[in-house]
Amino acid sequence: MRIPILKLGRYLLISVQVELDDQTALQFQEDLLNKIHQEGSLGVVIDLTSVDMIDSFIAKVIGDVVEMSSLMGAKVVLTGIQPAVAITLIDMGVSLQEVQTALDLEQGLERLQQELGG
Amino acid sequence: MSNHSCIEIANEWGIVSARQAGRELSKEIGFGSVDQARITTAISELARNIYLYTEIGKIDLEEISDNHKNGKVRGIKVVASDKGPGIENLRDVMIDGFTTSGGLGAGLPGVKRLMDEFDIESIPGEGTTITTIKWLR
Ligand SMILES: Nc1ncnc2c1ncn2[C@@H]1O[C@H](COP(=O)(O)OP(=O)(O)OP(=O)(O)O)[C@@H](O)[C@H]1O
Ligand SMILES: [Mg+2]
Repeated sequence: MRIPILKLGRYLLISVQVELDDQTALQFQEDLLNKIHQEGSLGVVIDLTSVDMIDSFIAKVIGDVVEMSSLMGAKVVLTGIQPAVAITLIDMGVSLQEVQTALDLEQGLERLQQELGG
Repeated sequence: MSNHSCIEIANEWGIVSARQAGRELSKEIGFGSVDQARITTAISELARNIYLYTEIGKIDLEEISDNHKNGKVRGIKVVASDKGPGIENLRDVMIDGFTTSGGLGAGLPGVKRLMDEFDIESIPGEGTTITTIKWLR
């Protein structure tokens, strides 16, 4: 299973709609980095509205994606994290502290535009 | 109790099956969305540890009930068992950040916080059994 990555100007948009098994998560990591490289993207919004569980493995993959993207010059904003998922992450003691978040895709894009100046 | 299922964890697909079964059963028992996420996440952590550190193991899910002073209370019992290498130092693995695999080391201490009851039994060379319960409030 592959997660589709949409291009919008110099941004990439991803809406995770599938169950995140390990393979899918790692494949996504690779696909996203390749896409950032190919397109010279400056910003990425990853929407997690449909994700109903993030365990420590997936949290690590997401954290790594954010760090790797930033090494490549692209800023990542996570959007749509469900309340239950946020609470569970805190219970788990997993912090995505360095990670930028916003309520939904639209606000995520706005956030990128503000930070990157258009 | 008839509401019982057993998922074999022999590869990473077992992890997905186990958490789907956990999500279904916890919904059926009547847990709210936050507790469903907690239970599903705990199951995912336990299943992934079996996948990572042992050859094969299983996750047993069961609806349970107990008589409290305010009447009957329902809950879910999750038992993760394997015949893997076992854990040498049980105290170490319960410390946040302790990992032998480059993970976050959040798994076991996280499961303990997500669930209401947590018990770990491990014999080096023989295997590990972790029993956890979440009560419906
Ligand atoms: N079923 C098991 N059999 C043998 N060793 C185990 C088992 N479960 C956990 N361990 C050991 O306990 C350590 C801590 O496990 P824990 O799940 O807390 O963290 P992790 O798996 O290393 O990282 P994370 O879960 O955050 O990705 C593991 O690194 C491993 O050495
Ligand atoms: Mg683990």
